[in-house]
Amino acid sequence: MKYRLGIDVGGTNTDGVLLDRNMQVIHSLKTPTTEDVESGIYNTINRLIEEAKVDVKNIEFAMLGTTQCTNAIVERKKLNSIAIIRIGAPAGTSIKPLVGVPDDLRGILGGHSYIVEGGHEFNGDEINALNEDKIRSIANEIKGKIDSVAVTSIFSPVNQSHETRAAEILREVLGGEISISLSSEVGSIGLSERENATILNASIINVAKITAEGFEKALQYNGIDAKVFFCQNDGTLMSKEYTLKYPILTVACGPTNSLRGASFLANNKDAIIVDVGGTTSDVGVLVNGFPRQSSIAVELGGVRTNFRMPDINSIGLGGGTVIHLAEDNTFKIGPDSVGYRLLEEGLVFGGSTLTTTDVAVGLDIVNLGNPELVAHLDKELLTRIYERMVEMIEETIDKVKTSAADTPVVFVGGGSVLFPNEIKGASEVHHPANGGVANAIGSAISQISGEIEKIYSISKENREEILKQAKDLAISETIKAGADRETVEIVELESVPLAYLPGNATRVKIKAAGDLAIEV
Amino acid sequence: MRLIGKEEIEDIAVGAALLGTGGGGDPFVGKMMALQAIEEHGPVKLLDVNEIDDDDLIVPCAMMGAPTVLVEKLPSGDEALQAFTSLEKVLNKKIKATMPIEAGGVNSLLPLALAATTGLPVVDADGMGRAFPELQMVTFYLNDVSTTPMVLADEKGNSLVLNTIDGKWAEKIARAATMVMGGSAMNAIYPMNGKQVKQSCIYYSLTLEENIGRTIREAKNNKRNAIDAILGLLGGFKLFTGKVTDIERKTDGGFVRGMAKIEGLGSNKGETCYLEFQNENLIAKTDNEILCTTPDLICALDTETALPFTTEGLRYGSRTTVIGIPADEQWRTKRGIEVAGPRYFGYDTDFIPVEQLNGKRGK
Repeated sequence: MKYRLGIDVGGTNTDGVLLDRNMQVIHSLKTPTTEDVESGIYNTINRLIEEAKVDVKNIEFAMLGTTQCTNAIVERKKLNSIAIIRIGAPAGTSIKPLVGVPDDLRGILGGHSYIVEGGHEFNGDEINALNEDKIRSIANEIKGKIDSVAVTSIFSPVNQSHETRAAEILREVLGGEISISLSSEVGSIGLSERENATILNASIINVAKITAEGFEKALQYNGIDAKVFFCQNDGTLMSKEYTLKYPILTVACGPTNSLRGASFLANNKDAIIVDVGGTTSDVGVLVNGFPRQSSIAVELGGVRTNFRMPDINSIGLGGGTVIHLAEDNTFKIGPDSVGYRLLEEGLVFGGSTLTTTDVAVGLDIVNLGNPELVAHLDKELLTRIYERMVEMIEETIDKVKTSAADTPVVFVGGGSVLFPNEIKGASEVHHPANGGVANAIGSAISQISGEIEKIYSISKENREEILKQAKDLAISETIKAGADRETVEIVELESVPLAYLPGNATRVKIKAAGDLAIEV
Repeated sequence: MRLIGKEEIEDIAVGAALLGTGGGGDPFVGKMMALQAIEEHGPVKLLDVNEIDDDDLIVPCAMMGAPTVLVEKLPSGDEALQAFTSLEKVLNKKIKATMPIEAGGVNSLLPLALAATTGLPVVDADGMGRAFPELQMVTFYLNDVSTTPMVLADEKGNSLVLNTIDGKWAEKIARAATMVMGGSAMNAIYPMNGKQVKQSCIYYSLTLEENIGRTIREAKNNKRNAIDAILGLLGGFKLFTGKVTDIERKTDGGFVRGMAKIEGLGSNKGETCYLEFQNENLIAKTDNEILCTTPDLICALDTETALPFTTEGLRYGSRTTVIGIPADEQWRTKRGIEVAGPRYFGYDTDFIPVEQLNGKRGK
């Protein structure tokens, strides 16, 4: 039997799972995330193979989902020194790079910032020829001073050529070691937001490198020689090479993985998923097996960006959420939480803090810890608190819904046991087995995808032909990335007409995805 | 005269988004341009309409073209200045001040960016009191101020002086030229003397925008209901509260026309509201009755934060409270309704003031 290994590194726990080729769960577990990440991953893998008693030679794929890159941005730690090049002058000079970005980050990243002649119009014509001499002189100026470069050209989602040409020149001067991030690979139309995403991407290259190499080492030490992949936040995988170029695409892969894992476990491609952790519950929507993406600009570490992100609605309600009682028997739920200290601080575990878990144990909904320790609490009060907890979840579910119709709801995550099988607005409620490690499962079952975004002139007559062309392009991208030709399908198609433009200019975005091609 | 700095710009941007009634372009680009210009050159002088002289030359400026292009091909920042210089040559007179042509969206803020760069003052007024999609839909046009000579300028350095027989022709020709220039260009338009401004403008628009932004900010800080605070400030009506469940969009002659379907929540439970837009929100109605029509202002606000949605930003699941605000009296005249009433936009309905419609609804 051949296996695949899925790992998800969260802030608190590192989850691991082993699946067979039929995607059956062989074994799963959680270990604490460690400061250096690598040893936590090592421990997880080590215990997995030991407890499951599998031959490491049979592990053919290993997938890692990680929040390291997100944390580096939010905490401003271990960021690369970068250069920022915007191509498009004389357009684009009225707003300099990093305007509107928090000052501390501007201080770290803003040292080498340039605007160069070039760029394209919405229809692909040049605004200006690319000023290659200036790119070359910038390259000489930054040589030896920076680790990576962020290159953004106006309308590069329509015409990428100035970005790729600039990269060629930069590489000539700076050598192959320097990492170059191209905006057209990162985000969509909206220059400031796409440029910001590209800048953040350039700043986390080293963090990604350390994490990826840590994963490879942890595999090596365990004697595993598997093909390695990294999870993107759209529920699909990237190779190590691509991850080291575009680590920003790993941001928020955690919630994505638990959505995809939940979908797999509940065997439901269109559902609302509630991932109940210790501190928060994250609610997302699966459409055709993939997370619905946020359509608005997303802030990351205080920076406005536009790269794709799962549309997740979080509330401060988890298994460790603190219940505050007042003298007059009124209460307030959270938003603070004892988090991973639940096993010391929760009442049923001998602690002194009343938490959501204690409420559920007190009402006999869950059997955890020592129920005697909450037996003295007023049942009527506990019932009122519990009803409010369920209501909070119901309200969040309703917020993400696209229609008033009842929808399947799947509960996963460590705290999911707290919630009942009857939820307002749900057509059915699932609490699947192995839901506690849904994110690691999501990481292990991830597919390979390919995406295109272009502006086409679409009329009634040519609509079908153009969409077919675009779909074929997305499919061939997906196969190129390593997907099995037989399983590739279109998973997303968006066509948005552009206001005030003639010729029915339409932005078309298509994504295809398929299973990993397995060599038999 | 008072000075406009960075904090005022933040508030004005929020007010501009609201008075943009769903269109007008995301004020983000204009805000960033203004912030950068103020950072480099210092604050902007804002003039009361009564502070300008009757024979001062005042020229509004604005961006025209596709908002999608503007957010990608950011301006160079010199377009407006170039347009002004060309126009001064044609008119052989110095421009004394600029002003926004519309109080809504990105165009509320571009004159402030230009002013910060050049040191020109900005008049606290505009020609719409809201956002509208076409050049002739301004109170200057209602008062027979000529649209031209106007200048259109792009970021590459091209500029074009237009002399047209009326505002509608200016709209047609300028829009075609804008496409050739790459989908977005700046214009200097409706050159006026101070007396014409005083007779035809809508007064204190920038101050109103600033007040809207501040009201929302302060309501939030004081944990008061920001939507109620806004209705109080603007004399508006709460038309409908619900959740967007469907949205249709199609292009039609360069405009995005569409409709958002909003299913009622709370006191509107069981009802459905339809918000029809052509870039801006133009009609709000239920299955049985009309709630508000253009030229009165229809804004879809986020029920939680009171921040306005653009028609492009509205999406499935958005919790929204639709409000109606009486338009300036100039729009409610026979001519005003002809130029920007529901029939002009192809809706088979008469204009009835929002306060009458909502009196009838018993709210």
